[in-house]
Amino acid sequence: MLTRLFKPLFDLKAPFRSGVLWLIWGWLILLVLLPNLLVIGVSFLERDPQDFIRFSVTLDNYRRLFDPLYLGVFLRSLHMAVLATVLCLLIGYPFAWGVSRVTPRWRPLLMFLLIVPFWTNSLVRTYAIKVLLAGNGLINSFLIDVGLISQPVQLLYTEGAVIIGLIYVLLPFMILPLYSVFEQLREDLLAASADLGASRWRTFRHVVIPMTMPGVIAGCLLVLLPAMGMFYIADVLGGSRVLLVGNVIKSQFLDARDWPFGAAASVLLTVAMALLLLAYWQSVRRVRQQVAL
Amino acid sequence: MTDAATAKPSPQLSLRGLAKRFDGKAVLSDIQLDIHDGEFITLLGPSGCGKTTLLRMLAGFETPDEGSIRLDGADIVGLPPNHRPLNTVFQNYALFPHMTVFQNVAYGLRMERCPAAEIRTRVEQMLAMVQLSEFAARKPHQLSGGQQQRVAIARAVIKRPRVLLLDEPLSALDFKLRKTMQLELKRIQRELGITFVFVTHDQEEALSMSDRVVVLNQGQIEQLGTPREVYERPASLFVARFVGEANLLPGEIAGVADDGRVQVDVMGQRMLLRRPFFPATPGQKVKILLRPEDMRLGTADESGFPGRVLERSYKGSTLDAVVRLDAGPDILASEFFDEDYPDFDHRRGEPVTVTWVPSWEWLLPDADAPV
Repeated sequence: MLTRLFKPLFDLKAPFRSGVLWLIWGWLILLVLLPNLLVIGVSFLERDPQDFIRFSVTLDNYRRLFDPLYLGVFLRSLHMAVLATVLCLLIGYPFAWGVSRVTPRWRPLLMFLLIVPFWTNSLVRTYAIKVLLAGNGLINSFLIDVGLISQPVQLLYTEGAVIIGLIYVLLPFMILPLYSVFEQLREDLLAASADLGASRWRTFRHVVIPMTMPGVIAGCLLVLLPAMGMFYIADVLGGSRVLLVGNVIKSQFLDARDWPFGAAASVLLTVAMALLLLAYWQSVRRVRQQVAL
Repeated sequence: MTDAATAKPSPQLSLRGLAKRFDGKAVLSDIQLDIHDGEFITLLGPSGCGKTTLLRMLAGFETPDEGSIRLDGADIVGLPPNHRPLNTVFQNYALFPHMTVFQNVAYGLRMERCPAAEIRTRVEQMLAMVQLSEFAARKPHQLSGGQQQRVAIARAVIKRPRVLLLDEPLSALDFKLRKTMQLELKRIQRELGITFVFVTHDQEEALSMSDRVVVLNQGQIEQLGTPREVYERPASLFVARFVGEANLLPGEIAGVADDGRVQVDVMGQRMLLRRPFFPATPGQKVKILLRPEDMRLGTADESGFPGRVLERSYKGSTLDAVVRLDAGPDILASEFFDEDYPDFDHRRGEPVTVTWVPSWEWLLPDADAPV
């Protein structure tokens, strides 16, 4: 296993390939492995007011995470992320299905439209949402003009605003994996199900849902995990009232200057992410897409 | 089976005036077909002839633009697939990859909301019939092509359909497995007594399995008949060429005898040939269809059409030869070994004469000839 992994690195007969592999390995080690090891290492150290960290090993940081205050933030953040994920799924699932069923000529255009917002920085786009939701923003003025309300409604700096922001930024990450599984969903499986006596609803339940489950799980992970860390959305749209785990981490590093505790919080987030990815890997293996012919 | 079936007063499936257009292009036009209970009927034709569209109409996946489909007298055109008592074996099997073999076969019964105990016994019976009992817990991707094929058949017939529709079910299998599955399908059909509507582009498969063959070309029925009729007495040049190897010699009607036989000028020789199925008129261009096994090769001094052996190939039970006739086309001759003449082989380049067994010829109007 290890020899197979490392042997191509020293294959002098294919210098380009080994060069590229060195580059990739170097990149991963320098920018992924080392920083993560540093974070994990720091999370077991003590805080120092002058030098940020003091080299004495402790589990205190992790113990503090289970303080009701932080546990509360974690649960609340999880709650919001789950809510945003479920809403993304409810919007993204029919959307991806629809796009995969229009004529192939239109599909690239529709997917292109989905990607276009990525060309603008998401922080900038978050401020744009603020313009919509503000007390004198577009939505409120519209509702007042139409006569539905007489006083501006508090939209900004609510949990709802944060969730709207999360959905807006993360929806494409839900749709892309769903679109890919829907595109692979063979029409003849749906035909076979109908042929065997299943109504549309039962075909959906017994064939479409299980067959698209890998996309559902992938999409949910791609939305849920970032959703818990997107501190700037909570900052811009939630004010100081709505905290995500990401805000805790950010404030520990930048405001409270408690690096070890911030590191412990991000390790917890990473571990949660890893567990979810493991669950995803398992479920994909169970729902094998390919039928060998 | 055919005789018993045709004796029945009314057909099980009756197609009348079926037509279908895609984007204004006619895929099927004016299809009239009666299918009888328990019959094995094959829709044969090249790709794009409309055979699969016809099958999909029977299953309910396509709606005809015109015409009716009656099953036991009742029009089923408006019924969705899940309400039709017909089941399909799909071309690539369309097994549900997330279900085991057992769950795949049980699917149709589950949709009928059959009691679990009954599902279990019936699925087990069905798996035993297709010899897959020990594979019940496997997923489709863990099976070989032939086994997947048998699961697809079991899954479709477990619902005891009135008619089983098979869409090129054997095309993904290799030659030997295809032969085995052909016999297997015939056995299943005999055991269950279900009507089979089988779609294929493989004429050999069509001839060896069917009670009747429907030859389709460009959305129309070219011929409907028993395999023997289609092979020996094709109704058109298309059928002659599509079904089996065909030698087609050019000829011109010189005269019609009192008994209906015709005088034909064939490549410079006048011959008296059997009565054509169409009204022949002197001067009319015709093609004389001869199957390779009808041909006889003789030495250069015998009478017949002179030619030279181009290719010679040993086929086990027969010796095949391609002969270039001096007066015209290349013909294929397939001769069986004769115990009395152990070395009747001809060398390449050897001059020979070609004849055929008298009255085994079949005349067709020459549709290719300029009128």
